[in-house]
Amino acid sequence: MSIYLDNGATTRLDPRALRAMLPFLKKQYGNASSIYKLGRQAKTAIEKSRRQIADKLGVNSEEIIFTSGGTESNNFAIKSIAFSNRDKGNHIITSKIEHKSVFNVCKWLETQGFEVTYLDVDQNGYIKGLRKAITDKTILVSIIHGHNEFGSIQDLEEIKSICGDIYLHTDACQSFTKIDVKHADLITINAHKIHGPKGIGALYIKKGVRINEWQHGGGHENRMRSGTENVAGIVGFGKAVTLKSKTEYIRELKEYFIEQLKDIGRINISRDLPHVISVTIDKIEGEAIVGMLDIDNIYVATGSACNSNTLEPNQSLLAIGLEPQEVNSTIRITLSRFNNKKEIDKTVRVLKETVRKLREISPL
Amino acid sequence: MNYSKKVLDLFKNPKNIGKMENYDGVGKIGNPVCGDVMHLYIKVKDNIITDISFETFGCIAAITSSSIVTEMVKGKTIEEALKINKDDVLRELDGLPDIKIHCSVLSIDALKQAINDYKSKQ
Repeated sequence: MSIYLDNGATTRLDPRALRAMLPFLKKQYGNASSIYKLGRQAKTAIEKSRRQIADKLGVNSEEIIFTSGGTESNNFAIKSIAFSNRDKGNHIITSKIEHKSVFNVCKWLETQGFEVTYLDVDQNGYIKGLRKAITDKTILVSIIHGHNEFGSIQDLEEIKSICGDIYLHTDACQSFTKIDVKHADLITINAHKIHGPKGIGALYIKKGVRINEWQHGGGHENRMRSGTENVAGIVGFGKAVTLKSKTEYIRELKEYFIEQLKDIGRINISRDLPHVISVTIDKIEGEAIVGMLDIDNIYVATGSACNSNTLEPNQSLLAIGLEPQEVNSTIRITLSRFNNKKEIDKTVRVLKETVRKLREISPL
Repeated sequence: MNYSKKVLDLFKNPKNIGKMENYDGVGKIGNPVCGDVMHLYIKVKDNIITDISFETFGCIAAITSSSIVTEMVKGKTIEEALKINKDDVLRELDGLPDIKIHCSVLSIDALKQAINDYKSKQ
């Protein structure tokens, strides 16, 4: 049996979401744009999911646009707001702890005539300096809601009050269904972080926000995002948001885990989001820890440079003040409602043995 | 990261680990880009590497590269050991992911430095 503790990367599909999806992968294969019964049934299923997601966010169904996932929603929101509001200004504000699908979009926009300010964060992972960064050219602020590495949650209410009329976009993939997401004008969410299927996400666009379609074609999604709808994915997404997230149970597991991890390493922040634990274990390297745990079928993540495609240490961990050496010695454990205390006990046992072995090899 | 079975097996049971007392040469290499640090110790008798060990702070590739180098040169003459290059290491490991090839270079550099250290004391 494996122990899956990388729920920040993706989550296990809930069997109830799978069951809801299956008809749309079998007999209900109609294109939602077709006017006959088979098409209309698909359309009805999509609209039911849209309502389920809108209800969860406390918004109107018409404000939800389905996309292929978090990365597309972030690309859509930021690029399209930028180009649709260019007459108002060319300045965008984001932070140094964003997901790459925000950070790299902003980097690209810099090559297209936009100016971007990347806000610093304090040691608790909260952004600072927003008020000072705003200029009369600022058209968009994009700030991650719940952080994927160390779990800090930004105060969107305060951020929006500082923004005023400037649009606020937030990437809420990690926090959605676990913590209320409110006050932003655009919200990125997806299904596979909440026990739904991969390849499906959504963008909430508040009514009245000036934004044009980004993916052109047949005019699907109320002419905001073209492409034949991923009906099964949408249905699975809708089902997933209706399931109990068991946030308190997950938070208890986290506290239980953190108590035992304190003997092993230093915990980085990790307090706001209920499922994220970041721990730095001195003198041994993150990818090696991941590899050792993998031998025992325990799956965790690392921010180590050695585990990335760029050989750069995780930028978010550097932003909260960790030294590169510490980042390379940091692992991330992310829990879900499918985990239990027995798994945590075993993981702690194996982790202690792993630390002992790797320290024996380490020259530090 | 796609590692070969050989790499993963060796990672489970790395050979010749630990600090050596009374070594004849030591190579200490650090790679600030990836954050790897490697120490390689050799004992030499009659021009032959009779004992060798390593300590590595680093990823799976760094640990297995160090381990395989120690196995490859144990019992070899200094001249034979110096002929070993990164391609030999990669062959022994059944390859490494492209982004990890520098780890094999690191292990060779540590070996060369250990041998130079030994020679400088003669």
